[in-house]
Amino acid sequence: MADNGVKSGPEPSERTTIGITFGNSNSSIAHLVDDKAEVIANEDGDRQIPTILSYVDGDEYYGQQAKNFLVRNPKNTVAYFRDFLGKEFKSIDPTHNHASAHPQESGETVAFTIQDKEGEDAAPSTLSVSEVATRYLRRLVGSASEYLGKKVTSAVITVPTNFTDKQKAALIAAAAAADLEVLQLISEPVAAVLAYDGRAETKIEDKIVVVADLGGTRSDVTVLASRGGMYTILATAHDYEFAGFALDKVLMDHFAKEFMKKNSGASDPRENARSLAKLRLEAEATKRALSLGTNASFSVESLADGLDFASTINRLRYETIARTVFEGLNRLVGSAVKKAGLDVLDVDEVILSGGTSHTPRIAANLRYLFPQNTRILAPSTEPTAINPSELQARGAALQASLIQDYEAEDIDQSTHAAVTTVPHVTNAIGVISLNEAGEETFAPIVPPETAVPARRTVHLSAPNGGDVLVKVVEGNTHIKVTKPEPKAKENGDSKAAKVEDADDSDEDDSDFDDDEEEEEEKREKVWKIGSTLAEAAVKDVKKGGKVEVSITVNSDLSIIVTAREVGGKGGVRGTLTSA
Amino acid sequence: MEASVLPFTLPSLPEGWEAENSFKAIGKTTQGGTTQRTLEPVGPYFLAHARRARHKRTFSEDDRIQAQERAKKVEDNDDSEISEPEDPMMLQRDAKDWKTQDHYKVLGLSRYRWKATEEQIKRAHRKKVLKHHPDKKAAAGRADDDNFFKCIQKATEVLLDPVKRRQFDSVDEEADVEPPTKKQLAKGNYYKLWAHVFKSEARFSKVHPVPSFGDENSTKEEVENFYNFWYNFDSWRSFEYLDEDVPDDNENRDQKRHMERKNANARKKKKAEDNARLRKLLDDCSAGDERIKRFRQEANAAKNKKRLEREAAEKKAAEEARLKKEAEEKAAKEAEEKAKAEREASKKAKEAAKNAVKKNKRVLRGSVKDANYFVEGDASAATIDAVLGDVELIQGKIDADELAALAGKLNGLTVPDKIKGVWKSEVERLVAAGKLKEGEAKTLGA
Repeated sequence: MADNGVKSGPEPSERTTIGITFGNSNSSIAHLVDDKAEVIANEDGDRQIPTILSYVDGDEYYGQQAKNFLVRNPKNTVAYFRDFLGKEFKSIDPTHNHASAHPQESGETVAFTIQDKEGEDAAPSTLSVSEVATRYLRRLVGSASEYLGKKVTSAVITVPTNFTDKQKAALIAAAAAADLEVLQLISEPVAAVLAYDGRAETKIEDKIVVVADLGGTRSDVTVLASRGGMYTILATAHDYEFAGFALDKVLMDHFAKEFMKKNSGASDPRENARSLAKLRLEAEATKRALSLGTNASFSVESLADGLDFASTINRLRYETIARTVFEGLNRLVGSAVKKAGLDVLDVDEVILSGGTSHTPRIAANLRYLFPQNTRILAPSTEPTAINPSELQARGAALQASLIQDYEAEDIDQSTHAAVTTVPHVTNAIGVISLNEAGEETFAPIVPPETAVPARRTVHLSAPNGGDVLVKVVEGNTHIKVTKPEPKAKENGDSKAAKVEDADDSDEDDSDFDDDEEEEEEKREKVWKIGSTLAEAAVKDVKKGGKVEVSITVNSDLSIIVTAREVGGKGGVRGTLTSA
Repeated sequence: MEASVLPFTLPSLPEGWEAENSFKAIGKTTQGGTTQRTLEPVGPYFLAHARRARHKRTFSEDDRIQAQERAKKVEDNDDSEISEPEDPMMLQRDAKDWKTQDHYKVLGLSRYRWKATEEQIKRAHRKKVLKHHPDKKAAAGRADDDNFFKCIQKATEVLLDPVKRRQFDSVDEEADVEPPTKKQLAKGNYYKLWAHVFKSEARFSKVHPVPSFGDENSTKEEVENFYNFWYNFDSWRSFEYLDEDVPDDNENRDQKRHMERKNANARKKKKAEDNARLRKLLDDCSAGDERIKRFRQEANAAKNKKRLEREAAEKKAAEEARLKKEAEEKAAKEAEEKAKAEREASKKAKEAAKNAVKKNKRVLRGSVKDANYFVEGDASAATIDAVLGDVELIQGKIDADELAALAGKLNGLTVPDKIKGVWKSEVERLVAAGKLKEGEAKTLGA
């Protein structure tokens, strides 16, 4: 278009979009190939690109190359800056920047002093964190453009759930300065869920999902309700102690001690900045190796005092020394579930996201924490799981492809609070059904925490045929704790499956489950039938036929019920006015 | 969401259950049974929700509209291009005047013009034919009404032939964008307005892509690139379309050749005029282009800066040299004055010393006179001579300091014995020092 230069963003038809995960430790870029999200490898072949910029003799390095400069050129290397965006100096945590350029106060924001020009005597420049983010994003977009063969104009970027509006504004401004239109900022956990739901083979169902986003410097756990493909965050928990760096630290301590034991009289490599950087880099590599194999080597040339060091560690030893961290992560996940007012039995799916999620032990611990029919989506527990490091970028790429054809204004309006803030039902709505013993049980159709308006259609069997009753009722769950003598209870609710194994393993991390809980007891989720809403009759159903029941809950909580025999004609339709 | 199969069985209808239309509303949903929560604006299902919410559609309405939209896609393109209203005046046109007709307008493509693809032209043609076919008119009772149909055929013939289409596009004034007037420029965005003009002119370019006009933030290279391109514009625009008809009867070859020559000249002239027009357009545009002014100013500023810096440096160097010279001169003068003062001071000191010596000698001589030359009564001339001679002798033996010391001792003494004692001790001191021989200065040492 002729007026392209005057408009703020590119025309929807001229956009080239990607999804970006802009992490504190690593970033990723992804795009869509044949409706499947693919993570793009940068020039170095990295799909997880360290969020680090380094300047040597006026040359800019980013990603893994920059990370390697943490040993030789820490002062001119900026790392872990994402969380500083849009924040004041007094509210940032500079812990992780100790071994790289140190953040400084600069007016309203945070800045770094970096020698980014050539020449010995060139004056160092003070780069605000926005400027650093802009330069880094420019490199990311450059890599993506090079890979795709055309200029990337727009992106969906993921941000943590606790990113403030100010931080979001700062990120959008930084991206704009890098000549990148931000179509939308989406929450990291939601991007992870979308990456799974966006797979062609995934069937959309109502489920409670826990996303454990375990990163390098922070761990965020989000509990969300996925209802008909729409996501509502129920609770979040953030932790800045139990994250990837804590595992690195454990390994660093372990090997530093071993080094000193092997070389009596050698100085502590943790006390020398350069040795520490080498130790950290190698510890991280060892940690990654331990996620894949059961043994990993650790070797650093000239670790300290000019002494080389080589050693190995097996996974068992690693899991023993890192136990406190693993337990901390378990507690974090548990606390998030509790914060959402739910029980572990309510959780249908646990998605492990972020680099630290590769650790098999973490997935195994969560396997014990949740009941057996909860799916734990991690590489070590589910063969079809997506690489946890790539989840968010893929989700972002999917979202980008969904909205790339919309005008920016359309996107704004659709993400407006008036559209996103909707009532969610607290009670489930379902019908009365019979279990094998002939008892009345509740068959949930619209589960709790479903955003209204909502519509659900289900098929229920009517094996005996004839006239059947569709009795629409409200329902609610409670956790039934059964003392030892087991009562065979087969109500067909798969969620009430026995959790013996889980109980056994609870000895390991019994600090999570309710304290008053005794060992042998069984915990089940049981639906309680609430007030009756309506009754409808479907007549003359064939023997072994099925009945389709459709319930639509409007935003004013009025309900439309339709019921008919599958394949049959006519049917019943009725409306319930709201209270 | 499609129907999911639940592993539940429905109970049979109890005996005697009756309701109108087989439906009985019994209860109401729980009061306050909702929580306001925020949906994450992500995913295809949220988009559907947003669409429903923004257009206030129910599920079934939305389903229907979506289904329609999906189904319509195949024929969608057919509709849009023909949607232009047909000007009744245009329908009255005579096909003989095809040279003056607007072919795009006839086919209902006036929105697309030179941008229309062959596919679009074909489709538009078909649509128009279906509507205006003479047989259809005949069916409606208007026989032999095929004028507009011929217009359509002519338009298609021109537009589907690439050569003829270019010739027509060359003179398609409807596609031209007039350069903005001063009034418009004062009100609107300079870059936007001119960009429209050049965008339309760019259709004649043999070279693609054509650099864009840019905006106020364009770099110097972009702007220079733009003007270079346009000042060297390579245009395929030609004016055959406006040729006068060449008689094709073989009767008058001269007349025919004359017409051909005339046409060729007219084309050449028009082409030259067009080039001049484009040049003027560019001159007008660049004259008002703030960016060029800015770049020139910046360049000047850079040049001036260098010059000023050099001048400042020279001035500074001269000033420094002058200061240095002054400082040297001053130092030399001061040194001279100091030397002079020193000379004078030493001269004065010498004179003072000389005077002191004289004075001291006077004291010495006075002392012996006060002591009456160490004799009672009047001293004889010989005695006076001897004493004074000895005084002279001692004076000659001692230096100025000793002389002063001696004078100090003698000064103020009046008693002859004491004076004598002083002299005696002086003589003894001198003898002890070996400056005086024993027996010399008898008158004083005795």
